[in-house]
Amino acid sequence: MLADKDRIFTNIYGLHDKSLKGAMARGHWDGTKGILEKGRDWIINEMKASGLRGRGGAGFPTGLKWSFMPKESDGRPHYLVINADESEPGTCKDRDILRHDPHTLIEGCVIAGFSMGAHATYIYVRGEYMREREALQAAIDECYDAGLLGKNSKLGYDMDIYVHHGAGAYICGEETALLESLEGKKGQPRLKPPFPANMGLYGAPTTVNNVESIAVAPTILRRGGAWFAGIGRPNNTGTKLFCVSGHVKTPCTVEEAMSIPFRELIERHCGGIRGGWDNLLAVIPGGSSVPLVPAAQIIDTPMDFDSLRDLKSGLGTAAVIVMDKSTDVIKAIARLSAFYKHESCGQCTPCREGTGWMWRVMERMVRGNAQKREIDMLFDVTKQIEGHTICALGDAAAWPIQGLIRHFRPEMEARIDQYTRNAVQSRNTVLEAAE
Amino acid sequence: MAKIKVDGNEIEVPDHYTLLQACEEAGAEVPRFCFHERLSVAGNCRMCLVEVKGGPPKPAASCAMGVRDLRPGPNGETPEVFTNTPMVKKAREGVMEFLLINHPLDCPICDQGGECDLQDQAMVFGMENSRYQENKRAVEDKYIGPLVKTVMNRCIHCTRCVRFTTEVAGISELGLIGRGEDAEITTYLEHAMTSELQGNVIDLCPVGALTSRPYAFQARPWELTKTESVDVMDACGSAIRIDSRGREVMRILPRINESINEEWISDKTRFVWDGLKTQRLDRPYVRRNGRLEAASWPEAFTAIRDAVSAASPERIGAIAGDLATVEEMFALKALIASLGSRNIDCRQDGAALDPALGRASYIFNPTIEGIEDADAILIIGSNPRREAAILNARIRKRWRMDDALPIGVIGEAADLRYPYEHLGAGPDSLKEVVEGSSKFMTRFKRAKRPLILVGQGALTRADGAGILAMAARLAEQVKAVRSDWNGFAVLHTAAARVGGLDLGLVPGEGGIDARAMLTGTDVLFLLGADEMDLSRKTAGFTVYIGTHGDQGAHHADVILPGATYAEKSGIYVNTEGRVQMGYRAGFAPGGAREDWAILRALSDVLGKKLPYDSLVALRAALFAEYPHFAAIDGIAAGDPASIGALAKKPGKMGKSAFASSVKDFYLTNPITRASAVMAECSQLAKNVTPVAAE
Repeated sequence: MLADKDRIFTNIYGLHDKSLKGAMARGHWDGTKGILEKGRDWIINEMKASGLRGRGGAGFPTGLKWSFMPKESDGRPHYLVINADESEPGTCKDRDILRHDPHTLIEGCVIAGFSMGAHATYIYVRGEYMREREALQAAIDECYDAGLLGKNSKLGYDMDIYVHHGAGAYICGEETALLESLEGKKGQPRLKPPFPANMGLYGAPTTVNNVESIAVAPTILRRGGAWFAGIGRPNNTGTKLFCVSGHVKTPCTVEEAMSIPFRELIERHCGGIRGGWDNLLAVIPGGSSVPLVPAAQIIDTPMDFDSLRDLKSGLGTAAVIVMDKSTDVIKAIARLSAFYKHESCGQCTPCREGTGWMWRVMERMVRGNAQKREIDMLFDVTKQIEGHTICALGDAAAWPIQGLIRHFRPEMEARIDQYTRNAVQSRNTVLEAAE
Repeated sequence: MAKIKVDGNEIEVPDHYTLLQACEEAGAEVPRFCFHERLSVAGNCRMCLVEVKGGPPKPAASCAMGVRDLRPGPNGETPEVFTNTPMVKKAREGVMEFLLINHPLDCPICDQGGECDLQDQAMVFGMENSRYQENKRAVEDKYIGPLVKTVMNRCIHCTRCVRFTTEVAGISELGLIGRGEDAEITTYLEHAMTSELQGNVIDLCPVGALTSRPYAFQARPWELTKTESVDVMDACGSAIRIDSRGREVMRILPRINESINEEWISDKTRFVWDGLKTQRLDRPYVRRNGRLEAASWPEAFTAIRDAVSAASPERIGAIAGDLATVEEMFALKALIASLGSRNIDCRQDGAALDPALGRASYIFNPTIEGIEDADAILIIGSNPRREAAILNARIRKRWRMDDALPIGVIGEAADLRYPYEHLGAGPDSLKEVVEGSSKFMTRFKRAKRPLILVGQGALTRADGAGILAMAARLAEQVKAVRSDWNGFAVLHTAAARVGGLDLGLVPGEGGIDARAMLTGTDVLFLLGADEMDLSRKTAGFTVYIGTHGDQGAHHADVILPGATYAEKSGIYVNTEGRVQMGYRAGFAPGGAREDWAILRALSDVLGKKLPYDSLVALRAALFAEYPHFAAIDGIAAGDPASIGALAKKPGKMGKSAFASSVKDFYLTNPITRASAVMAECSQLAKNVTPVAAE
């Protein structure tokens, strides 16, 4: 259980003043100049010491990522790009940061930008986030007025922040597709290598970070990496925004310590499962793209990267989607397949062709209008997509189905049996009538 | 150089190689659809997946990963890739299955059948059955012009066509719209493509989505006889392959020739073949009572003998056309000389080029491949896009290597598919540039290998000689002509021109030129000369030796039917001065004969029998007199000193603006004018929509 004093996002529900003044009253923008004065290496080392892993889903160590940026500029500018294209179904943590606590992010941009020698930050906001963008822009304007951003900044380091509004494509949340989109091109992922730290936005060294990763950085640096590392368990440290949705009594976004057991997370913040713990069917623990985990396995699992990986799932963005026994789990996953089919960019073959195929088979599975051997075929198709695509969207489309087949194969077979029985019965009826 | 192990074989490859190239180098075949050597890397078909040792536990796209990107093993072992492991096999089968699930498999009615990458690779790398039970995707076919037919169901979204039009052709006419399954290749508004190189997307398309519209359902690739030859539609001499069935030419495809056309050809080269079949002269004609009447060869020859014997030698003349081979021009020259005349010319357009000034004064000295070495380009009186589309693509390629390349144009301000600085329209601007110290000139002078391209638009004028001399002076001034670099480049538009100039087909001492011959001769021989304004002709008796019922034939008194470039073997010299040999793909129709043979037979009738009875003997005589023609594919370099001599020649320059000599890209010679496809393209280019004859 995270103590209130250890919370980084003190206004995540928007109950307090979200203006610069309010944010400062809550301790943000405190001693930022001092942090910058400690220098780039100190910041990166402290970030490494904190054990912060990227909050965008892949969990790549943030300090390490920052250290990939060239130490000296070779004449090209450096850029910091913030990925606020939060489009993963179930995920709504960045949204609350943007609209209620934007100053954590803005301060983070200055510090992160400083540590990688970037004087410009682009924040790519999801197309549907209209009000969030307005709130963020208002906060940025406040900072410009207060002399915290722009030329001759009070902090001694000039930083310009530009907010870019996306057009609502899921794929633009992929870091290289985001860069393409930011450059004004069609949002399609780039081939890697070269990695963005080498050739990113406009061919210049670029680091792309999730909103939450950047927003927690100032507090980490103020309180020390050791403080952050002391929360959670080794390699899964710090606090994390969990967005719990689905069949719980009070769905919410909450900042909690990493590695909090699932049961505690739900009991304490969400009022328990609808209909009691016995009614829990399965949980998608990290946003739509990770495989689901059945109730028995998840209930006492610590919610962090490593323990969920051991369950062949993942923490992802910590968007916990809870499904109780009223859920048609096959239909739920089929809906996700439809989403990935719709959002595939069409660039590379396995995802372009495979997502549609999977979705169509899934739709038949929902009705049971399939052969049992097609379950194996479907699994094989997901394996044919996974790892063969340019970006991770192929994997993301494949994993939910893999999770479904791994854990709910009996349900799928029962559905097929049911459909076949029904089919036979109805055929008999027709035959009888004709006689 | 980098060391890499492919399937256990260690090889050394250049650093810039991709894994795919390294695998090829090691002899391992890697299937691919989207990758193409001359286009940017897309990496989207995922067919070229290979396993990289020590990398992530998933296959890597070999086209997109460089040898440099591989790291050595923990103990410094050579990086290793595999193309034959179970993982790779599974990956290829998987990708192939995905490519085929929405592919219509209509091979029996597909023009690509038999030469289809998807077909071939599915045989080698695919699975034997399909597991796909759903409905296949249907995609509406798009109209993208009269040349390229689309069957979009077959498209596998490799985007080669998109990359070609954007990168090589220089105009973003094709694109991928929509996303996911619904992605489609289209020109968006379904307008016709406007590029002169659009036909190349047909070759690039690995499946049957983009096929040749005129060739649709005409033949199967395995029925065709392939003849490697040389194109004559412009003066570049692109390498082509003529595919014929029987004596009918079915299509024309490019061959790879790095020094000229790489592997592209212009649409005129590719689609002109229907012009080889229509409007053909297949028997001799003689004009009787003002009407051309079919005649036998002896009748035609007799008529000519009567006219020649009645004329005095100085009133006999001959003009060689734009498509003539070196052999027939050689025979023509010998025949006219034996008749005692000095009136001979190969410059129908009256270009101010004179072989007496040295070969360097009339060829494209830097060579087409050399454009890539040039570091500044000045184009004078030319629209290379219309005059030599392939060469223009090379200039664009050079510009893409360095988009700061200074390119200046004096003449028409046309869209050349690359940005340039327009320095003026006519001779005055040229003079200003040469004498002034404009910003462009400063950069041009600083260039190490400047290239001065002089087009026919600047030379086919009364002041052509003065402009040529001025261009030579400019070349001297910027030191464009040295022992290691000759940047003086004359761009021709006629395939026969350099050969003719090499042969010295210009009026001899006291002779008259082509223009004067129209009015100043009693007997005029036209060897396929159709590009002059023959309505001005007052010459008494005209003999036309040619292939098509075009202008020359209409004004002739005797027509002797000849053979087109697809129907005879012959030597052509392109604008670079490169000697190339074309080969016969079929026979000329009806009673038509090869032109050299007509001249040889005629010489016998005229009592001046030419001393060769076969093409071999003719060539032997030709090579004895002009040894450089014997070096096929070679260029006899011009003497740089002749540019210096040219620069010293005085000459006046007029005022009028330069205009490209090619007004209509699609209609430049009798074959193109006989082609319905070219006529349609020409109308489209002029933005004329045909109105139904209601």
